[in-house]
Amino acid sequence: MSKAAIEVPPKGGFSFDLCRRNEMLVKKGLNAPSFLKTGTTIVGLVFQDGVILGADTRATEGPIVADKNCEKIHYIAPNIYCCGAGTAADTEAVTDMVSSQLTLHRHHTGRESRVVTALTLLKSHLFSYQGYVSAALVLGGVDFTGPHLHTIYPHGSTDTLPFATMGSGSLAAMAVFESKYREGLTRDEGVQLVAEAISSGIFNDLGSGSNVDICVLTKGHKEYLRNHLQPNPRTYISEKGYSFSKKTEVLLTKITPLRDSVHIIEGGDEMEE
Amino acid sequence: MSIFEYNGSALVAMVGKNCFAIASDRRLGVQLQTIATDFQRIYRIHDKLFIGLSGLATDAQTLYQRLVFRHKLYQLREERDMKPETFASLVSAILYEKRFGPYFCQPVIAGLGEEDKPFICTMDSIGAKELAKDFVVAGTASESLYGACEAMFKPDMEAEELFETISQALLSSVDRDCLSGWGGHVYVVTPTEVKERILKGRMD
Repeated sequence: MSKAAIEVPPKGGFSFDLCRRNEMLVKKGLNAPSFLKTGTTIVGLVFQDGVILGADTRATEGPIVADKNCEKIHYIAPNIYCCGAGTAADTEAVTDMVSSQLTLHRHHTGRESRVVTALTLLKSHLFSYQGYVSAALVLGGVDFTGPHLHTIYPHGSTDTLPFATMGSGSLAAMAVFESKYREGLTRDEGVQLVAEAISSGIFNDLGSGSNVDICVLTKGHKEYLRNHLQPNPRTYISEKGYSFSKKTEVLLTKITPLRDSVHIIEGGDEMEE
Repeated sequence: MSIFEYNGSALVAMVGKNCFAIASDRRLGVQLQTIATDFQRIYRIHDKLFIGLSGLATDAQTLYQRLVFRHKLYQLREERDMKPETFASLVSAILYEKRFGPYFCQPVIAGLGEEDKPFICTMDSIGAKELAKDFVVAGTASESLYGACEAMFKPDMEAEELFETISQALLSSVDRDCLSGWGGHVYVVTPTEVKERILKGRMD
């Protein structure tokens, strides 16, 4: 029996079946679509008790804002979080994959995950795809060796830093960090500085916008402040709203009632032998 | 010309009060020539889960067949229907698998989850999920749809008002797009019934 006839769920990894057809389409003048990118400003900094990560919440598809409130701070382990910039599908897939691998590793070893483990898993995956998996990440966490903050570039190189920024808004955010960062910040000062850096990205970079998300990681404790700051509320809503006096013209209506769910009766009659 | 503009499509889904609506246009074209005016873009996966597929029509049909296959296997193994969140993850995984040679399809998924809470989501062609609490759009008319939905959407609409809003948003947006149109196909799903309506639109 030919393999092509059987559609079995594959074991994982990428499948390149459609590449030849897609190349043929490009040659005929039909260009490939643009992917959802997270233009982005993502930052991280190390403060006296741990690590603070911050991100904006805009996702773009070309020049259009596709999602005004997306989540860019991804969960990797209970003590490790990762901000992602670049192609949205790549950052989500790569962080989910490493998160699953670390969960299995934790079950295997019985220990809390280390940040360098996540770092090595991410960098080796990205390097093996030579930059084609377009994910730029800021990885931060606190394990038993202390707080760690790393940046990972799409080609697989990494840096270990006390404060870091990535994404299209990274220059705006780095300007704020370079002038105001010092060692031994308290939690509130750190959150304030991260919020300022992300806001700088939101207001000055066109690829970043909407709200500020912050994640504070300390030893044994994490605080995910979703929409910590909302500096761009929607102020132009018409209170009256739209009312349509002239109804839409309907050609055909079909109503399908949904069946009620089956009710299980406790202590019903037993079957005869 | 983009591959998405080969067939033309418009899809929108909106959340209401314990209900959702999903709507599409009905035109199938080959670049500028119209081939069919009754093309179905929204498919039923199970009673409370619908998926609309915009983009290249051949990839939309292939993807739909693969998804129905996977859902039927799931039903046999688990003896129940898939939750919308799970289904969205499945679609995302199937699309990301083809990251370097993708299906030219943008799905819009809409369903009623646990306790009949409405769920909508859309993805780009490689599976980047975009969950929204109000509305999602896809297709060649997406830019107009974003504008129309932003203006017309109100939270917590009942089923009839939701139908009216989504129909008006769809028809006004496809009127500004050459590649989609020829009426609309709207499904409004509440916990007790599914209302499928075909709209009359401009035929040009």
